[in-house]
Order: sequence, then structure tokens, then C-alpha cells
Amino acid sequence: MKREGEVRISSGCAISGIFCKDGKRISGEAIRKSIAVMHNRSNGLGGGFAAYGIYPQYKEYFALHIFYDSQLAREETERFLDKRFDIINLSKIPVRQTPKIADAPLIWRYFVLPLPHMLQDSQLDEDEYTSRATIMINDSITGAYVVSCGKDMGVFKAVGYPEDVADFYRIEEYEGYSWTAHGRYPTNTPGWWAGSHPFSLLDLTVVHNGEISSYDANRRAVEMYGYSCNLLTDTEVITYILDYLTRKQRLTLKESSEVIAAPFWSTIAIKDEEDRKRLSYLRKMYSSFLVTGPFSILVGFRGGMMALNDRLKLRSLVAAEKGSTVYFSSEEAAIRVIEENPDRIWAPQGGDAVIVTLEKGADV
Amino acid sequence: MRRYRIRKDESCVSCLRCVRECSFGAITAGDDKSLVFHHEKCTDCQRCVSFCPAGAIYITEDENRFRRNAVFSEDDIKEIRLQAETGGVLLSSMGASGRNVPIYFDKMLLNASQVTNPSIDPLREPMETAVFLGQRPEGIERNQMGDIEDNLPPHLELKTPIMFSAMSYGAISLNVHKALASAAEKLGIYWNTGEGGLHESLYPYKEHTIVQVASGRFGVHETYLNTAAAIEIKIGQGAKPGIGGHLTGKKIIGDVSKTRMVPEGLDAISPAPHHDIYSIEDLAQLVMSIKEATHYEKPVIVKVAAVHNIAPIASGIARSGADIISIDGYRGGTGAAPKRIRDNVGIPIELAIASVDQRLREERIRDRVSVIVSGGIRNSSDAVKAIALGADAVSIGTAALCALGCHICASCHTGRCAWGLATQIPELTKRLDPEKGAELLVNLVNAWTREIKEIMGGMGINSIEALRGNRMALRGVDLNEKELEILGIRYAGE
Repeated sequence: MKREGEVRISSGCAISGIFCKDGKRISGEAIRKSIAVMHNRSNGLGGGFAAYGIYPQYKEYFALHIFYDSQLAREETERFLDKRFDIINLSKIPVRQTPKIADAPLIWRYFVLPLPHMLQDSQLDEDEYTSRATIMINDSITGAYVVSCGKDMGVFKAVGYPEDVADFYRIEEYEGYSWTAHGRYPTNTPGWWAGSHPFSLLDLTVVHNGEISSYDANRRAVEMYGYSCNLLTDTEVITYILDYLTRKQRLTLKESSEVIAAPFWSTIAIKDEEDRKRLSYLRKMYSSFLVTGPFSILVGFRGGMMALNDRLKLRSLVAAEKGSTVYFSSEEAAIRVIEENPDRIWAPQGGDAVIVTLEKGADV
Repeated sequence: MRRYRIRKDESCVSCLRCVRECSFGAITAGDDKSLVFHHEKCTDCQRCVSFCPAGAIYITEDENRFRRNAVFSEDDIKEIRLQAETGGVLLSSMGASGRNVPIYFDKMLLNASQVTNPSIDPLREPMETAVFLGQRPEGIERNQMGDIEDNLPPHLELKTPIMFSAMSYGAISLNVHKALASAAEKLGIYWNTGEGGLHESLYPYKEHTIVQVASGRFGVHETYLNTAAAIEIKIGQGAKPGIGGHLTGKKIIGDVSKTRMVPEGLDAISPAPHHDIYSIEDLAQLVMSIKEATHYEKPVIVKVAAVHNIAPIASGIARSGADIISIDGYRGGTGAAPKRIRDNVGIPIELAIASVDQRLREERIRDRVSVIVSGGIRNSSDAVKAIALGADAVSIGTAALCALGCHICASCHTGRCAWGLATQIPELTKRLDPEKGAELLVNLVNAWTREIKEIMGGMGINSIEALRGNRMALRGVDLNEKELEILGIRYAGE
């Protein structure tokens, strides 16, 4: 049987997110509790977490979380990294043995900076340099897979139910100002660790619930710009599109959301002139990146989080606020379980991005 | 040479309607008003059959057959004899008839949503078919306020991804042009003048007109270029790649002569190449000259035939400053072409779309240009498959003529079209009422658009741009691995 990456697998899911606008770091216990409520939206074949603000002592360094299938793959990858990066710390990611999580790969963490002379010769900025290196590892080193590579953030994922994945990674021991979580219900039987979510590139992480009908149009478009979609998953392609639009095309996240969940032309027609001009420009300019079909996504990025539904709202997504903390989830119950009395709770409209960022003065 | 046999049965009322309708002289009236059949002149255009009030006429393939031979078919032998008698090049019209060239559209099947992803009902939810064709810059520009500036070059806006192919005034009648222009306006799409100029009476349709500049430059002047939404430089067409055109002097009469700017009775011969384009850099100069002449207000289309190395050709065009590439495949129609060329030169449009789209992506310029395809698009599912392979929009010529009455008897080159389409003979051209014709065309394109929406909705796609290049929407049957590889699709069941 083909594993994920060799064949496209669709899946249903649960997602959840917590964001502290004041920059307060909270333990992973809350997000674990939230996603666990939606146990029956997953089928035990994938779960994961993204956390921001968890490595304050190394916040200037790219944190690489890497899965290896073998020591050989690790050695080859470390040789590859050694040539390109200054590795200031490396270790196994601490895990807790649990019978519910099996077949774990070798899971390593590196804190790195590009070697200055290599960076200079490459004529790239350090983000592009690092993203190309990770794409190269995923593409060309058999048995090595970079799970995340941003600064002061990390992705923890596995095959299993999300609450078990949390126990496995001792997620409660991390403290972050921003958390997303994912429980997966893929329609294939063998789960694959790298195929779980969140999916990530640099600081960007995406958890996604849905199955996009525009997949191949989007994939073939984004692959033009140097990305290579190895997993054949929606989440991967959405992540790359967002990276391309925000980092390479310099669109804001709001503008990017207006590209991937663009309003209908009939809606654009009744907007005021300024909006109409911008929205129709974005649709014409980036028509290849319109995403159709059902999706709800949570996008984590340095200092913020975005929640976005497809324009018909074909997947559930609920948002809530309490003080400086913002919650997103596939189901209201998953918010109520950690915050019984939110100040406000609402269902964002299809295509309307909810973007939250750190308040001025928040220290992270 | 006789190919068909005309018969009538006893229900014939001898009204002689068939005699009046037949423009090929295949049915005449004898002295006693009885019908005389000249079987050898019949083209099987079905005009007499359609108009016989008694349903008394039958046109069949002549049952007299040459002796069967495993190598030489009857057509081969007939053509040899015809050429032996005349010493001439065989002429033909409409699309290629290569019997062993597969129609790949028929070997691709479409996807639909089940369970994991909802299908969308076009009657309940918006279903978008609008397409914008033109160049896209490489990045955005912002003003000092940080707002995005509109740096998009001019685009064509189509309400549905279907337009009418180039067919020239001269090859077809003014009434056909009127029907096409008026239908394009009503539909929010475009029609194309072809290379014979634009009749002044059609100037009011300029917002929906694409004017063509071909190698003969017939009817090309400044007003012509500016009486259009876009200008198309025609390098070639699918029915006769590498070959120019020849409109016989018999058709260069009256307004055709005036519109083409060719003296009456003189043959209008378009050279095989443009004599100012001997290479790709010359094309870039012509593109820019046309943009100068039209003040950079209109997109420029470059139309080529699908030939063996169409992918690098398309790449060259994309880099020439052209906004849109139009590719016409092996099965594209024509008013007249040498038969050997029509049936043996070029490649099927399906393969051309796939290889061009893939090549432009590999070169990272697919988003820079738009691609229109044509050549054997017969119905809405062909259009959907063409778009899923990578086209932005399709163009229909033969199908549009069929809507107006054409039965593809492939006798356009005789100039005696009984349906009044590919002719300039006044008593024939008046057979098409342009208003009625426009209504038929509008109905056809609206019907296809409804079907496209239905198909898209089934796939859970609610905007046409999400279908473009979405090759996972397609699966192949009865194709070999090489064909699947070129089409970039998987086999059914994979």
C-alpha cells in the first residue's frame, strides 16, 4: 500500500487554537484539554500541536524539529546541516513512553543559524536560506523529514489521538503564548508521522480541517515558485501558498485571505470603490491561489494567529474571547471546556479572516 | 465523383422545395417538373432533407463500393483518379479527418465529490465562470499609503470561458459575422473577425470584438485595430499549419473587397509566413508595434497552430510581450485547406494544452500569460477537460457554425454553402437571419455554461479558476503510459 506522499489522502479533522494577546505564556495543558473534547472528530491516525514562544532562551535561532527513520538518515542530515549552519544546540526531543503511541521515528531538535559566509554567498536572506535548506532535506534525504524550522516555535506531531500525542511529547511542560492543535481523520489506514498536522514552514504553521477541491490547481501553481509538495496534502499546499503570498509577494495576511478565500464577484460588485478595486485586483492577479471546497484553518505565525473559513463556510469554526485570550475551535464545546464564560463567542463568516496579534508592549 | 445517393419515396409531393434549397445543383427539375438527381454533385449537406415538407428525401452513402483493398481505401483511389485528371492539390474544409488520431477528450473522465467533500448545487450557491485573460506582472506595487496599486495590464473579461474562433468575412458571410458579434455582446464574451477585416456595420460591437492581423494584413488599418477589445496576431491555424490562405477572387466582391482592401475579383492570398516575422524576436517587435498603435490599452493575442514543438514556441510567445496565447489544434476547422495538410500536419489540442501548460509552469511563466485553446471542442465537457488540462478558456468555430445550421458537409471551399454560412452568394447568405442566428448562439453558449456549472458543482468547485490546470479532476481510460505522462493525468482507478 502506498504511503502518504505517494498518493493523495483526504481527511476530516478537528482543530483548536489559543492565543494570548498580552504575550502571557501558558502551558500546553489547556490546548490538550480543548482538542481532547473533540476525540471523535479524529480516528487515531494523526494529531499534533504548534506552539509559539516556547524557546525564549534560543529565540534568535531557527529551531529545527526533525523526524528520522534511521540513524543513517540522521547522520546524513547532520552532515548536510553542518555544512550550512552553525548548530549551537542539538538534542533528542524528550518524550514519555506511552502504549498509545507506537512506531516513533527518531525525533531530534536543533537550534541553528546559517553560516555567515554561506549565507552571504547564497545572496538570500536567512529565512529563504533556511527554508530552501529544509525543502532540500525533505526532498532529497531519504528517511529525514523536517517537521518545523521557525524561530522560538515548534511543531509536535505523531500518529495517534491528539491527547495521546500531547502526553507523548510532554506538551504540558512547554509554555507558549500561542497554541494550535489538530486531530486527524484521514481516509487511509496506515498513518504516517510526517503526514500529521500542523504543517509548517519557517514561522508559519497551519492546521486545517477540510478537503479542498482546487488542490491540483493550487499545487501546480505554487510549485512554479520553488515549492515542492511532497505530502500531497491540502495543508501543505495552503502553507506554501501563504508563505508565497506573505513572504515572497509581500501581501498582508488579510490580503492573502482575500486571495485564498476570495469573495464572489457578485459580493465584490457591491463593495465600496476602494474595496472593490483591491478585491478584484487580488482575484485577477492571484487567480491560481483561490482555494475552493470546504476548509477551516488556523494559521500560526510569529506574534499572531489567523482563523479562516472557506467562502461558503462548509466547515465549522467558532471563535471566542476572554480578556486578552482568544480561542478558536471546530466546536464550541472545545472552547467552553477551557473557558466556561467567554466575554464573546461567535462563528466567523465564510471567507472573513479573524486575525489576532500581540498587543503593543506584549513581551515575548 | 459519386459519393452519395439521393432517393425519394412515394410521399414526395413534387413541391420542388428541394430544388430551390440545393445550392450544389444536385437536384434539378426536369421539363415535366419531375426531380432529377445528380448524385455526383451531392455533398450530403442535409439541406434538402431538412426542408422537405413530406420527409420524402433520403441521402445515403452510395452502396456501390470499390473492390475492398487492405491498403488502398476507396477514398485513396478516388483521390488518385481526381489528381490524375486535374493535376491539382486536393482541397478540403472543416477539421481534420485522420481516422487513427485519437480524440483524447473521449479518453478522459471527470471526477465528482463523495462524502469527504460536499458537491455544490449551482442552483443554490453561486457558481463562478468568469475568466480574465491577459498578462500578470511578477509582483505587486504599493503607493506611499501602503495601498496596492493596480499594475495589471489590460485584460479581457469573459462571463464564461467560451469564445468564438476567428472566421473571416469572405470565408463566411456578413450575416454570420453579425450573428457572432451580437451573440458575443449578449453573452459577455468575444468573437473574432478572422483575417478579412471588420465590416463597418459591426463597429458598434467593438467591446466584444477581437480583430485579427494575419500575414495578408487584409483590412488592417488604424481604426480597425482600435475598434476592438483585443488584437490577435495570427501565425497559424490548426487546419493548415505552415500554410497561408487563398480566398478566391470569386468571393472578393462588393463589401468583401472593400473590407479586405483587395480589388474586386482579385484572389486574396495570405503568405505562409508574415513577411516581417522570420523569427521570435520579430514577433516581439510586431507585438510592440501593435501595442504602440493601440496605446497599450488592449491585450495582444498570438495565435499559433499546435505543432510538434508547441511547448517551446508557446514559451517564446509568452516572453514576446504577448498577453494571451491562442493555440489551435489538429482538428481545428477551416474554410479551405489542402487536404494533405489538414489531415497530416499538427498535433491534437489535448496534448498541446498539456505540454504547453506544463512547460510554462516549469519555466515559471504560466501565471504571466493566458492560454486560449481551440480545435475540435464539441461540447461543454470537452471545454471542462481542456480547462482542467490547463487552458484558461476555449474557442469554438465549428460548433458555432453547427448552431447556425452547418452539418459539416466539408464543402466550404466550393463557396456554395447551402446553409448560407460559408458563401457570399446573396441568395444563399440571406438564408441566415442574423438575429435568429444570434439567438441560437446565445442558447448554445448558455446551455454549455449551465452544464459547466453542473460539472464544477459536482466536483465541489465553485469558481472556474480552481478548475484551471486541476489535472486531478481527470482520469484516463484506454491510454498508454506515454499518453498519460504527456497529459499529466492518472489512469482511472488509480
